[in-house]
Amino acid sequence: MPSDQIPLIELHQVSKTFGKAVDKRSLQGLLQRLHLTRAKPLTHAVDRVDLRIMRGEVVGLVGESGCGKSTLGRMVAGLLPVSSGTTSVDGRPLDSLTTRERKALRLKVQMIFQDPSSSLNPRLRVDRIVGEGALLHGLTDRKGADDYVSAQLQRAGLSPQLRQRYPHQFSGGQRQRIGIARALAVQPELLVCDESVAALDVSIQAQILNLFMDLRDELGLTYLFISHDLGVVEHLCDRVIVMYLGRVVETASVDDLFARANHPYTQALLAQIPRFDIRSTRYDAIQGEIPSPLNPPAGCHFHPRCPHAMARCREEVPALREVSPNHQSACHLNDQR
Amino acid sequence: MSVSEMSPAPDAAQQPTLDVRDLCTSFHTRAGVLPAVRNVSLRVQPGRILGLVGESGSGKSVTGFSILGLVDEPGRISGGQVLFKGRDLTRLSASQLRDIQGNRVAMIFQDPMMTLNPVLRVDTQMIEAVRAHSPLSKREAREHASRTLALMGIASPEERLRAYPHQLSGGMRQRVAIAIALLHAPDLIIADEPTTALDVTIQAQILSEVQKLVREQGTSLIWITHDLSVIAGLADDVAVMYAGRIVEQGSVADVLDRPQHPYTQGLIDSLPSRNQRGQRLRQIPGMAPDLLSMPVGCAFAARCPRASQVCAQEPQPHEARPGQMVRCFHPGAADAQ
Repeated sequence: MPSDQIPLIELHQVSKTFGKAVDKRSLQGLLQRLHLTRAKPLTHAVDRVDLRIMRGEVVGLVGESGCGKSTLGRMVAGLLPVSSGTTSVDGRPLDSLTTRERKALRLKVQMIFQDPSSSLNPRLRVDRIVGEGALLHGLTDRKGADDYVSAQLQRAGLSPQLRQRYPHQFSGGQRQRIGIARALAVQPELLVCDESVAALDVSIQAQILNLFMDLRDELGLTYLFISHDLGVVEHLCDRVIVMYLGRVVETASVDDLFARANHPYTQALLAQIPRFDIRSTRYDAIQGEIPSPLNPPAGCHFHPRCPHAMARCREEVPALREVSPNHQSACHLNDQR
Repeated sequence: MSVSEMSPAPDAAQQPTLDVRDLCTSFHTRAGVLPAVRNVSLRVQPGRILGLVGESGSGKSVTGFSILGLVDEPGRISGGQVLFKGRDLTRLSASQLRDIQGNRVAMIFQDPMMTLNPVLRVDTQMIEAVRAHSPLSKREAREHASRTLALMGIASPEERLRAYPHQLSGGMRQRVAIAIALLHAPDLIIADEPTTALDVTIQAQILSEVQKLVREQGTSLIWITHDLSVIAGLADDVAVMYAGRIVEQGSVADVLDRPQHPYTQGLIDSLPSRNQRGQRLRQIPGMAPDLLSMPVGCAFAARCPRASQVCAQEPQPHEARPGQMVRCFHPGAADAQ
């Protein structure tokens, strides 16, 4: 198979649960039954999700807070172990590899976080922050580190003269650039951006988004772009995945999704974005809030808020099915059409 | 010509709820004096919504705090008047001010936990807030609190009254905070980014409730935000702030559709939705000036494509189009340049 048809990263039926089910017969179970300790709740943050990202693609991952998009992003970046399911990088399942091979493959995926001030060590100078990973992985040596760091900073749009400074001496936009330089320093192929521009002002946000697009052209980077800002996603991404309470409800190309959203949740979400070109909106809100993932509704998770909910939605989980080429949606309504 | 004369013309028949004239607030720090708000003038009529837009550090929040007399040391109001129904709030004694705060004027913060006490139940806090300004019995106050919660679209308000703030979701907490601000049907509410931290669906719900209440009760509302898209749908008038000054002011239709100031144009142009998909975003180069070492003349000149020699002087506000105030030597539509 030619390499361009093997996904750069593929997650197959991955789930992430937090907390642990307790065996009733164990000591813990006994204590719980006697009400001496309380059961730790079991949270399904991500529930059997498939995700494949091809080389060079920009994939957007959207959803409300608590829908599991950050958890999924962290699993893609290898920062969280999966509870079940498999991850393959370049078509090679990670479970089948030795620790060393896995480490090398993992290096290909780097993460850029939302809050640049809490993701940079305040006690380290910029050159350590950016250079440490590259040194550790042998991408540069002590002698060449200075030049290497300067090159990375320049790529991220920062003056190399600033490399002796500490993170607190920078503005928010500059700090985000340091985070980007740090990610670039280990020569990744995929960047997972978790709300990376959410904390920035509009004018700075535009600068960072432009930087992402320049880097894509220069280095052929692939992106998983996690955001709640649909405007940003629409501008930047090729394909969008919509999540709701740990499940993927719809995935389609950007044009398709914004023009012909299929799932009622996506439709509602699109209707709620404040639009610059619409004046004096009468906000017509979808009712209710996202339910707690501790105790998700049965059947389709969206049914308590869905205007089209039927009896079947309360019992049966809708499967993700193709509604048109490259456009999948998980909704029972599609069976009736 | 004084600044206030150039503010958008009010309806001659009505006295504005709020008339701010040449307000200046500065922070006296060890590093020097920070002029956070400089000569800000604005008017809000009853039942109107004014959007106060700016990036972080532009002075929009400090303006809101100054109007309500909430600026703490080392901040000081160093000049100007805040006329609330004809009374200058800056000249009132602490106890006179306390009679008005929370009663005739109210504030909604970005973080509802600024309003809510984490160790008291919602009912305790609301009853206290009711009885601070009106001689109701505890039972009457509780009924009033319950009605106000229902007004904010909270289902089963009785149950919510018995909850502690941490038992509520973020959106619910913000609704409670807004309900507390509404308890005495104030004439003026200042809302400082109250929906910024919330999901779009929750934001839309809150915007729809707030919009309805303002129209019904004739309250004047100042909505402080960095999000132009929210302003486009919500507000009647808009004031754009940059580096402590209002640089452009007028009706939403005028300012957002025909921006005259290059900064306003830059802000609008950098919105992803105003750009062609996948293309580089138009960005404003550079970043906002440091308030401690403010350049002489126009603060935006260093980032401005139209800057010329004359910009080394301070531009005065003038009417670029009828009802549209601009602080710029080179106002005009973007195309005209």
